Amino acid sequence: MKVLVPVKRVIDYNVKVRVRPDGTGVDLANVKMSMNPFDEIAVEEAIRLKEKGAAEEIVAVSIGVRQAQETLRTALAMGADRAILIVATDDVHQDIEPLAVAKLLAKVVEAEKPGLVIMGKQAIDNDMNATGQMLAAILGWPQATFAGEVTIEGDHALVTREVDGGLQTIRVRLPAVVTADLRLNEPRYASLPNIMKAKKKPLEEKTPADFGVDVSPRLTVLKTREPEGRKAGIKVKSVDELVEKLKEAGVI
Amino acid sequence: MAVLLFAEVTDGHLGRDATAKALTGARKLGPVTVLCAGARASAAAEEAAKLSGVEKVLCAEDPSLGHRLAEPTAALIAELARDYTHIVAPATTDAKNVMPRVAALLDVMILPDVIAIIDADTFERPIYAGNAIQTVKSSDPKKVITLRTTAFEAAPEGGNAPIETVPVPADPGLSAWVEDKVAASDRPELTSARIVVSGGRGVGSEENFKLIERLADKLGAAVGASRAAVDSGYAPNDWQVGQTGKVVAPELYIAIGISGAIQHLAGMKDSKIIVAINKDEEAPIFQVADYGLVADLFQAVPELEKKLG
Repeated sequence: MKVLVPVKRVIDYNVKVRVRPDGTGVDLANVKMSMNPFDEIAVEEAIRLKEKGAAEEIVAVSIGVRQAQETLRTALAMGADRAILIVATDDVHQDIEPLAVAKLLAKVVEAEKPGLVIMGKQAIDNDMNATGQMLAAILGWPQATFAGEVTIEGDHALVTREVDGGLQTIRVRLPAVVTADLRLNEPRYASLPNIMKAKKKPLEEKTPADFGVDVSPRLTVLKTREPEGRKAGIKVKSVDELVEKLKEAGVI
Repeated sequence: MAVLLFAEVTDGHLGRDATAKALTGARKLGPVTVLCAGARASAAAEEAAKLSGVEKVLCAEDPSLGHRLAEPTAALIAELARDYTHIVAPATTDAKNVMPRVAALLDVMILPDVIAIIDADTFERPIYAGNAIQTVKSSDPKKVITLRTTAFEAAPEGGNAPIETVPVPADPGLSAWVEDKVAASDRPELTSARIVVSGGRGVGSEENFKLIERLADKLGAAVGASRAAVDSGYAPNDWQVGQTGKVVAPELYIAIGISGAIQHLAGMKDSKIIVAINKDEEAPIFQVADYGLVADLFQAVPELEKKLG
């Protein structure tokens, strides 16, 4: 089985995001970029499936600016076999919407015919939590979102999902789309020799036009602003004082 | 304009808090029809009909809808969407699973986690773990929206809407439910609890998390956890408060051993009163706390539990 892993280049998890003073977006100049952490978990899961013999080949795919090839090299260094980059914009501030990404991925799926697509449940930039579900809809495939555990059983996958109030296990027919939640696994670090090897792995470059997909946005961003702040209160000196304050406030 | 609100229905029961809050948001967009779907949904439909401001309730009952599986549920909503301009749901894990699929079936974008409705096409939503708020205008003919429930007051009772049964499309049979593992607990539900007690990495272990749970039980509170605590295996994921977990806004939020990473703050900063207990006085959590106590949690928490008597 071939596994397709879509990955997104986003602002690094540890970077403090700043809104541009003119309200046109967040500052992306000279900011460290990395692979979306949930996608890292998806890459790791694909590699584990390959190590267990459930997958033969892992194809990583990224859609966005040309610089996303760095993100793909990271996936290759972790253990993906080859990569596809769809250069959809030159502007680092333009986010390609989940619907357009899903349409492009559907075309890649048509060409590559994977048995499984596994990707992060959400990207930590636009926080949409949508691409996997949209891809499954377009393909008419089953979806298993927010996965905490994935087992391949012949032509089905058994997936335990993280839902409100606990866990839900479902069985989906393959091919399917799985989206990775936080506790699915702990992604490995790429070793130096593997980073060197990744430079020689194949990375194919495409454009949306190659697939005949229109990526123009459906949503127009009118404005981006800072959230309302919250003022710091007071420090209490003891548990007694805390209890007293909470009683005064009428919350206990 | 007409709005279809996809109600939260779990095992035949209406998720009243989430549904009533989403109803308040949905009513800003037009007259609201509520959809209750499940293997059994009539009791939920009857309850939804009593919410103030509901025009009509649609009840869809079929075994295929029994476990909120995305494929049959999204097919049903997409089918019904024909008659509506806005398809809305509370931003629960079920809706986050189903609604983007509905949007793609309709060839429109999803508008997730909306916190404010500016007009029929324009909405505010948080991005970057709540570090920025974006105003977006949709050019799609239909809007598919999930509403962040903490941003809306629950609609009161007082309605008496008619209930109509709707046919359910054939099950595509793509997925099957195997089991639910629901944490058996007498505690209130995290997103609707009046008080939430949360623990972070500072708690140190799954064993030590019992301290947090005991304090929560004393207060009749729900238990939350930071992503760091979940990541470290101290607490289950469904306790996670933050951008990648649940967003809560209780009357009282007690953060224990939580440093206050921005992604956690995004999930709790709308709480009415925030208490932070942390031994590091530089911890960012103190910048949002109404009452901060710089102390060793292993002493302060048992003491607090005792003094709440």
